[in-house]
Amino acid sequence: MRLRRKRRLLRCLRKRHELKPVHDNSAAIRPDDVLLVSVMRNEKIRLPYFLSYYRKLGVRHFLIIDNNSDDGTGEYLAAQPDVSLWHATASYKAAAFGVDWTNYLLRTYAHDHWVLTVDPDEFFVYPFCDTRPINALTDWLDITGVRNFGTMLIDMYPEGPIEEAKYQPGQDPFEIAPWFDPGNYVISRNPTYGNLWIQGGPRARVFFQDNPAKAPALNKIPLVKWHRRYAYVSSTHSLLPRGLNLVYDEDGGEKASGVLLHAKLIDTLGDKAREEMQRGEHFRASGEYRAYAEQLQDRPVFWNAWSEKYLNWRQLEILGLMSKGNWA
Amino acid sequence: MSSLGIIMLVHTALDRAEQVARHWTASGCPVVIHVDRKVDKHTYSDFVSACADQPLIRFCDRHVCEWGGWGIVAASQSAATLMLDQFEDVRHVYLSSGACLPLRPVEELVRYLADRPRVDFIESATTGDVTWTVGGLDLERFTLRFPFSWRKQRWLFDLYVRLQRRLGMRRAIPDGLVPHMGSQWWCLTRQTLSAILQDPRRQVYDRYFRQVWIPDESYFQTLTRLYSTHIESRSLTLSKFDHQGRPHVFYDDHLQLLRRSDCFVARKIWPQADRLFQTFLTGQACALKPAEPNPGKIDRIFAKASERRLRGRDGLYMQGRFPHYGSEYGLTAYPYSVFQGFADVFEDFGDWLTDATGARVHGHLYHPGHAQFAEGQEMVNGALSDCAALRDYNPTAFLTNLIWNTRGERQCFQFGPGDRQGINEFLARDKNAQISIVTGAWAVPLFRSNMNFADIRAEAARLQQIESKQLKILETYGARAKIRVWSMADFVESPMEALQAILDEIGTAHPSHLSEAPKMVDLSGFGKFLQNLKNQGMHPYLMGDFPVDDVFGTQAKPFRKPYLVQ
Repeated sequence: MRLRRKRRLLRCLRKRHELKPVHDNSAAIRPDDVLLVSVMRNEKIRLPYFLSYYRKLGVRHFLIIDNNSDDGTGEYLAAQPDVSLWHATASYKAAAFGVDWTNYLLRTYAHDHWVLTVDPDEFFVYPFCDTRPINALTDWLDITGVRNFGTMLIDMYPEGPIEEAKYQPGQDPFEIAPWFDPGNYVISRNPTYGNLWIQGGPRARVFFQDNPAKAPALNKIPLVKWHRRYAYVSSTHSLLPRGLNLVYDEDGGEKASGVLLHAKLIDTLGDKAREEMQRGEHFRASGEYRAYAEQLQDRPVFWNAWSEKYLNWRQLEILGLMSKGNWA
Repeated sequence: MSSLGIIMLVHTALDRAEQVARHWTASGCPVVIHVDRKVDKHTYSDFVSACADQPLIRFCDRHVCEWGGWGIVAASQSAATLMLDQFEDVRHVYLSSGACLPLRPVEELVRYLADRPRVDFIESATTGDVTWTVGGLDLERFTLRFPFSWRKQRWLFDLYVRLQRRLGMRRAIPDGLVPHMGSQWWCLTRQTLSAILQDPRRQVYDRYFRQVWIPDESYFQTLTRLYSTHIESRSLTLSKFDHQGRPHVFYDDHLQLLRRSDCFVARKIWPQADRLFQTFLTGQACALKPAEPNPGKIDRIFAKASERRLRGRDGLYMQGRFPHYGSEYGLTAYPYSVFQGFADVFEDFGDWLTDATGARVHGHLYHPGHAQFAEGQEMVNGALSDCAALRDYNPTAFLTNLIWNTRGERQCFQFGPGDRQGINEFLARDKNAQISIVTGAWAVPLFRSNMNFADIRAEAARLQQIESKQLKILETYGARAKIRVWSMADFVESPMEALQAILDEIGTAHPSHLSEAPKMVDLSGFGKFLQNLKNQGMHPYLMGDFPVDDVFGTQAKPFRKPYLVQ
């Protein structure tokens, strides 16, 4: 395991030349700042809301890798005072789906910081997020001696066909896609890295009902008090050293945990799926996106009578999709 | 000047400390501040000069304060000595920290203490009476030595404790001392405090307590017992700890809770809880009637939080809770019932069961084709789909999800050897499972079918094998589930008795006796059918002994009518 971690770190150092700094504001980072790292491609339409959502939570600095966007993502980000931007033209796939790049930025800029690693369509929700900023959470985690915070990705969807959920820049995506599956997730333990492997939800139910084993993983560990010796292994599903994956209690108790609301199943998915399928740069040779592109032609509707409409974190807590743990 | 003096131990958030200190002095209370030696010189001198304009604020000698170490006691001693020397009017000294916030007007506290001039407020209990010790050390705190840090050198700490236990090493407790423990936040009278500080044997005591673990929770708590004439064994500071002994923190959203607690001082306040500091540090009107502190509601909230962390919600599996095999407490969230064979023996058993119990009655949830949800629904609570592939991908998660999603409403479902068998072990281990099995009843549909006899024979052999394997699993793991097994022959002899027992346990909506029996299928010829199977070389034994001559065919007839049980 130590070797694997070292190899990860070596890889990220080797790949660092693929990252060209475009706009380096990182000197402005102060010791206690909570940071955010993200890799994105052609996400300009999402950025205004994404940035304002995380600024409101109390994220102080954004470290973003732009993977060859051609829709103005780079220009938009370069104009933000609290964003440091890198440009990567190389292959996303060869960089272990961006993990190598992410690891490099984390290692270089996030050492000894609490840092969120999320995609531009993921929105972090934690207990008391409506009344307490994110550094209330990270201060509490520090007091209790915890270095990591686990979440589950919840796919949000609209009431009708997803092509009809038209997203406008700056809009809260959960205005048009407020629904989710409350209770059909399955969990097993990954023996290699010790992380949980969570699947289920609307994508498993609609896209993968013939082959549920292929359904995407929903377990994520996006918030970590980073150390330069840490490394993400696959997306933010698991990390090394392995102890960091233990975000769950094994003796029957509940550790505090949150969710990432996933704003993927809206009208932007169609274009994305077609584009990504052609690039073949995603996991399993973009098989996931191929499945989307094929099935989207049938205009699937995820909504059903048992869908739950998102209200707030307390609702998710009661449903058992997240937990306050012993934070009160 | 006030008769109340405040000691503040601070190490971070110095701006907040200054704010609170000025709040005390504004009411005339002198404040002695101890700043942790780990705070760098520059920050410290800035802090001192910021407070220089207020003569009631003084600074004492600095010590290094480590959690669980002697430094905190030394700091309290220095500050208390300075307080008693410099401010002669002070009658009560209140020990607080930089994260403490006064919730009620200072005058109310001053008056409260003035009404109780001889009382020492300090939580102080003997080691046998406390339940909150961390690391399982209570009396041993006083009899072992602790040279290593619990937080930074845990393994050395544990090793040394084990070694001392093994070797039977014990320290002598100084004569006259009875170890007491309690919250480190006290409020003592001048008389008691000066007696402790000026005790001729103080050196002996100090040397002893230096090696006690977490002396800040025992030094004053023990020594007060020597001198105080009136101890109120409680802290005036509201301070709650979690299961690991770390303090709970208060945030802006606790405002109303804190306000209604009527406590004088609370900790720990998050330094950035602007609204709390703003609300409680600006002039509040004194209450007309002096109220006693009443932290009950806060206690309950924090106790519930600790319970959630340690015990969790039964039957919930999620990213923060995934228990080891055997550590689940309850495997599922709510009781449910599994019926095997009943739907074969009775006609329309599901409908009858729904009427009799008011529960939600599903068909065969583990049917190979698809999950047969009640009323033929394709999806149930939680957006749980009836798709067999999704279900079979993780059959126990399917069940735990169903029970979690419908908690509060009893679920019943049919099961049998024709179904997917992946949940048997889980069922047997689950105390919420009520499993009722009529063995061999799977032969009834075969008996009534229109299949070729050779196929019937093969199918009967297959089902019997599956069912006997299942029974073995239930027997092996079935210590927790409520399992009832009848052979079919026994069951059809007195079905109502069996049903009544099951329904009594479920606790029906109408707790009267069963008025209507389910209708049993026509079993005339079943004995002959079994004999034919035997003649073909199969050995159907799970049904029990069915006579070949058709006694059951004729006996079963009365059951066709509504049947009253006495």
